[in-house]
Amino acid sequence: MSATAHVDGHVHEDHGHHHKETFVTKYIFSMDHKMIAKQYLITGVLIMGFIGIAMSLMFRMQLAWPGESFPIFEALLGKWAPEGVMDADVYLALVTMHGTIMVFFVLTAGLSGTFSNLLIPLQIGARDMASGFLNMVSFWLFFVSCVIMVISLFVEAGPAAAGWTIYPPLSALPSAQAGSGLGMTLWLSSMAIFIASSLLGSLNYIVTVINLRTKGMSMTRLPLTIWAFFVTAIIGVISFPVLLSAALLLIMDRGFGTSFFLSDIFIQGEVLHYQGGSPVLFEHLFWFLGHPEVYIVLLPALGITSEVMSTNARKPIFGYRAMVASILAIAFLSTIVWGHHMFISGMNPFLGSVFTFTTLLIAIPSAVKSFNYITTLWKGNLQMNPAMLFSIGLVSTFITGGLTGIILGDSTLDINVHDTYFVVAHFHLVMGISALYGLFAGVYHWFPKMFEGRLMNKNLGYVHFWVTAICAYGVFFPMHFVGMAGVPRRYYENTAFPMFDELADIQVLMTVFAITAGAAQLVFVGNFIYSMFYGKIGPKNPWKSNTLEWTTEQKHVHGNWDGPIPEVHRWAYDYSKVDENGEYILPGQDYVPQHIPLQQDEEELNH
Amino acid sequence: MNSTVTTAEETNVWGGGNQPLGASYGKLMMWFFLVSDALTFSGFLAAYGFSRFKFIETWPIADEVFTHVPFFHGNYPMIYVAFMTFILIMSSVTMVLAVDAGHKMKKNAVIWYMFATIIGGAIFVGSQAWEWGTFIKGDHGALETKGGRILQFVKADSGERAALRDFAVTIPGERVAHERKNGIWFFDEGELPTYSLNEVIEGFKADPNILIRTELINEEGEKTLLDRKASLAKLADATMVVEGANLIRNEYGSRLFADFFFFITGFHGFHVFSGVVINIIIFFNVILGTYERRGHYEMVEKIGLYWHFVDLVWVFVFTFFYLV
Repeated sequence: MSATAHVDGHVHEDHGHHHKETFVTKYIFSMDHKMIAKQYLITGVLIMGFIGIAMSLMFRMQLAWPGESFPIFEALLGKWAPEGVMDADVYLALVTMHGTIMVFFVLTAGLSGTFSNLLIPLQIGARDMASGFLNMVSFWLFFVSCVIMVISLFVEAGPAAAGWTIYPPLSALPSAQAGSGLGMTLWLSSMAIFIASSLLGSLNYIVTVINLRTKGMSMTRLPLTIWAFFVTAIIGVISFPVLLSAALLLIMDRGFGTSFFLSDIFIQGEVLHYQGGSPVLFEHLFWFLGHPEVYIVLLPALGITSEVMSTNARKPIFGYRAMVASILAIAFLSTIVWGHHMFISGMNPFLGSVFTFTTLLIAIPSAVKSFNYITTLWKGNLQMNPAMLFSIGLVSTFITGGLTGIILGDSTLDINVHDTYFVVAHFHLVMGISALYGLFAGVYHWFPKMFEGRLMNKNLGYVHFWVTAICAYGVFFPMHFVGMAGVPRRYYENTAFPMFDELADIQVLMTVFAITAGAAQLVFVGNFIYSMFYGKIGPKNPWKSNTLEWTTEQKHVHGNWDGPIPEVHRWAYDYSKVDENGEYILPGQDYVPQHIPLQQDEEELNH
Repeated sequence: MNSTVTTAEETNVWGGGNQPLGASYGKLMMWFFLVSDALTFSGFLAAYGFSRFKFIETWPIADEVFTHVPFFHGNYPMIYVAFMTFILIMSSVTMVLAVDAGHKMKKNAVIWYMFATIIGGAIFVGSQAWEWGTFIKGDHGALETKGGRILQFVKADSGERAALRDFAVTIPGERVAHERKNGIWFFDEGELPTYSLNEVIEGFKADPNILIRTELINEEGEKTLLDRKASLAKLADATMVVEGANLIRNEYGSRLFADFFFFITGFHGFHVFSGVVINIIIFFNVILGTYERRGHYEMVEKIGLYWHFVDLVWVFVFTFFYLV
């Protein structure tokens, strides 16, 4: 870093880039938020994402061609695929680990970890996170939890297989299924560390946004990305500890003979000593995290979309305050709806109707957001680059997935489709695919910020988007009908039910789409790695965006700005702003970055 | 906190470039960490409430369980735990004084108040350990039925609880210890109760003054007392002797009672223990003058926040386990 030439005076006391950095402090135990963001992206999204998606392709193949032999199964699953036929136990393990990895590792840590770390300091005008040290600890705890989770794939009896929701008693008793032995122990250890990592990360994000905003960056001038990350971190701090409670109690039940979640269990003619516990209690504790978790996954994606969409529509975001309000409303409501996962779990039906009410309320802020996105696009000067396409894709899947949520959120309608592929289709579209689209939009948009000005290849980006978009709907659209026909989720094969025979072709269709979509992600990975080293270096502000991160130098310096931190004079969305004569505020450019002072006679937009 | 803020500043409180809550990032982090920790405890307490409500008719009565005071014999419900609670709250007071002395940069006062806080915390953790020991050891002993319910004993004339040792007889029997040198692979035997089931049953039959008390709470809010005939009939259901408590069964009644007692007071005790350790570290830093050189005692303030939080949690644990 000392090679960076400093043109102007650099006597600021918080310029931390004068001391030499070694390989270890720069790339491994780095405390720089930009490096930590890249570490999260590579570990969480690229590596864990690859594993998670590969698992889904394998069990999709089993669903399409039940009991058929594939050499790839034999190669990858070894003893769990005798002669290439997937074993039923490993099918459950794959489903479980796919869910766990995608929800927690890719879309929670990967998404928030990458973009909160990268963007919070850059967009609010801070030199780094509040505590660079805790930020580093957070990443390395995450790394350890990844390693433990991956190790659990290789234990003798197989990884956890009780579903990503690990309901007891299935998850509590090693005699219930093979995966509930060492595999589940490792799962729980990994998640406990993950929760610690997530807590440290979230604390940092919250206090950074509160305390380190640059002069003039009031809360109502924050880009919506920051609002989304900020609120996401708050939900994380509130909900993850309850998952820790559930996990600790489950560990006690598994290892120390307590009966918190277990009662009156007979296995193979033997009566176990557990008495009085309640599996429904576990569900309450789990879903008190589990539902906010959905928004922990989704909100950052929505924030990224707001920013990318406004920039590329060359228009202010429609309804800035409504967007902020709906983020807050979603965050609040997310903590009082968990019971809608338990409508047929034996919960009191009266409670079911209460949870139906609170759940349906979420439709209001979600609809506000959807309409605001559409109105932001309306009559915009749309720049259809890959980031923009993925953002628009997100709005599409958010709406399609959200509409089925209205059905599932209703305790009576839910009875028919509970635990069928209808649910699977719903949550994959509304949180899985939507969040992934937000993630991709973010990567395409901020790649130059991460890799010192290099741009990703646009044409490969188009290929990536269109193939992904078509295939994602190709997988999940038919899945709704499969679900409505009654096919239950998590079944190894449905061949024993003649009524599902005619759905076999649809299963094949979905699997073919899934494999194609998986292949499209390889295009993305290839593009990513190639562009990291050989990508074209673009201009300093490639998307002509208003936010502060584009005022920093392309070359990374510790402390972000070579000179003083810019002061902020306006909100982040002064795109295509004109004066009373219809002229752009700054001649010849349709955007006014946040650090530009109000011009003469210019009125600050009343957002 | 400075309460006089000029209006010109007030409009800009959240305007950026300052600390809108008037607190450093470290202090804010501690606050948000406490929010998170509070939710973990809430999870446990909610689970406790859920389980207790489910067994509201048979839940053990705390006044009859926590009746011991070290070095004293007799029935003193809640006395010792009240003492523990008092000590812990007093240690919060000394912590406040330490923080205050820190604000005034009085190093010696900080040292002494921190010292008092550490002693208070240590007394609490020690008392907790003693409380656990007593709980694990048990007092009266009980029988467990086929259905896993607990039968306790009461003296008919005085209405007092009867311990197994009060009436059980000793029946001579022969037990030969199996030894490893005999060459047969065997499991070590678990710990035997002081009296065998048979000895308790025979003793019960021989002493007409003993009655059985079931877990069920009657309309007066007391455990149901069976008459002699019903007691004898109930005795036929007994399958084993239970003395004291462990994570699987306990002589006080519902299994979940002991499970939650161990888990929640244990989790809280772990917090207090960590607090004491951190307090000791800070204590030495104060003595070494680290904060004097730094120019402020904010670390004392941060650990103080944690210490008050641990105290506050104990108030809730105390309320839900001991008082109601």
